[in-house]
Amino acid sequence: MPYVSALRCRECSRRYPLDPIHVCEFCFGPLEVVYDYEALARDLSRKSIARGPLSIWRYRELLPVLGEDLVDINAGFTPLIKAHRLGQALGLEELYIKNDCVNPTYSFKDRVVAVASTRARELGFDVLACASTGNLAGSVAAHAARAGMEAYIFIPSDLEQGKVLGAAIYGPTLVAVHGSYDQENRLCSELADHYRWAFVNINVRPYYAEGSKTLGYEVAEQLGWRAPDFAVVPLASGSLFTKIWKGLKELQQIGLLDDVSTHMVATQATGCSPIITAYEAGSMNIRPVKPNTIAKSLAIGNPADGYYALKTIQESEGAGAAVSDEEVVEGIKLLAETEGIFAETAGGVVVAGLRRLAQAGAIPRQALTVAFITGNGLKTQEAVAEHVQAPITIEPTLSAFQEALERRQATASARAG
Amino acid sequence: MAKRRVMFTFPQELITQPVIYNLGHKYSVVTNIRRADVTEDRGWVVLELEGKEDAIDTGLQWVRELGVRVDPIEGDVVAG
Repeated sequence: MPYVSALRCRECSRRYPLDPIHVCEFCFGPLEVVYDYEALARDLSRKSIARGPLSIWRYRELLPVLGEDLVDINAGFTPLIKAHRLGQALGLEELYIKNDCVNPTYSFKDRVVAVASTRARELGFDVLACASTGNLAGSVAAHAARAGMEAYIFIPSDLEQGKVLGAAIYGPTLVAVHGSYDQENRLCSELADHYRWAFVNINVRPYYAEGSKTLGYEVAEQLGWRAPDFAVVPLASGSLFTKIWKGLKELQQIGLLDDVSTHMVATQATGCSPIITAYEAGSMNIRPVKPNTIAKSLAIGNPADGYYALKTIQESEGAGAAVSDEEVVEGIKLLAETEGIFAETAGGVVVAGLRRLAQAGAIPRQALTVAFITGNGLKTQEAVAEHVQAPITIEPTLSAFQEALERRQATASARAG
Repeated sequence: MAKRRVMFTFPQELITQPVIYNLGHKYSVVTNIRRADVTEDRGWVVLELEGKEDAIDTGLQWVRELGVRVDPIEGDVVAG
């Protein structure tokens, strides 16, 4: 691990060896990976990165893994597309979509779990574990399968069947937990203390979280080695948001980007917006909330990185927006109908937040803006099932089709009129 | 003896109450504060509790019933 030197407390800066630990023994602050940026600046170049694989592992030197034995299901290097039609609808001329719906398990979680599972195996773990209501469960199960590790996945007992299946297919031990969300949270913290497992977002969290930096690296590389003016991101724990920012700043620090003046824009659903609420109140203190939103992948009432997300908004002179569930559905539909991308509810939050801020003039028309779409809509079909047009049903004749089409067009023009 | 690391979030009306002292006193739990931020209208405290497992559990239940939010120091770990 030539470029990774230690773990360091984000609060008191105490250093620790690269062990499976996540909080400082002294102040209980969160730990973060420290790199040797001088060596990275010396050894890495745009060219050397371009020679790497078309996955997150092209940035391996900037990730906290030791050797060559990577757990690789081909996460990352997802498309960055110019969104002409969505941009037109929102009044933005330089809008891009980073489409992370097309990762192997259909969400950005593959980036973090690829790093966590690789590091977990290096640390000698045989078991990968997580608690999840969807995206993380599928990704952990898939990576464990690929790595030949055992997987324990804790899910709420009332989780929708489709989401259970999305993890069950990879053969983990799925544990459905009765009780409230808070009780499940407490149980998982206790489990992580009790068993020698790699609980991806608990004891190996410092490594896991670093995987999200690759979204920042990729966007910069795909833009021809420049940082966007605005990055619009959905927030749950806040980790993704802070790591995209960290990724961009690191590229500047090692000389691969000349300038990073990106304004980091945070978006949440109003039914669970502890970070935006604090931002709007001008406070650096997060008040935990009980989530109540259709954007379930963002439903973290007590976000571990909330404070650091607020600091990122502050440092980057960013902004934030919280949007209603109705706006989330409209956002999903708008993205699908203009760009052909079917996003899950978190994507609806981003598009709706983007619309709000563009309309308010907070994002200028000519600004190079990247919207991060982090998960696939097939995972949250229930959110939009009642908001799409039903098919036209006809007898197998030409006249039946023509009559039905006329009826549909008449209804459409009556609605428009 | 068991140890537990927790975060207490206090509502405004409990800021002036000696909740942590009473927790230690009533339930024979050693309370060891590591980080805190308390202002006149809100406050949080990160601390370690040491005592018998069931004493910690009943003590934390008493704290919750007072109206203090009790979380693991990791924040929410059930992810989307």
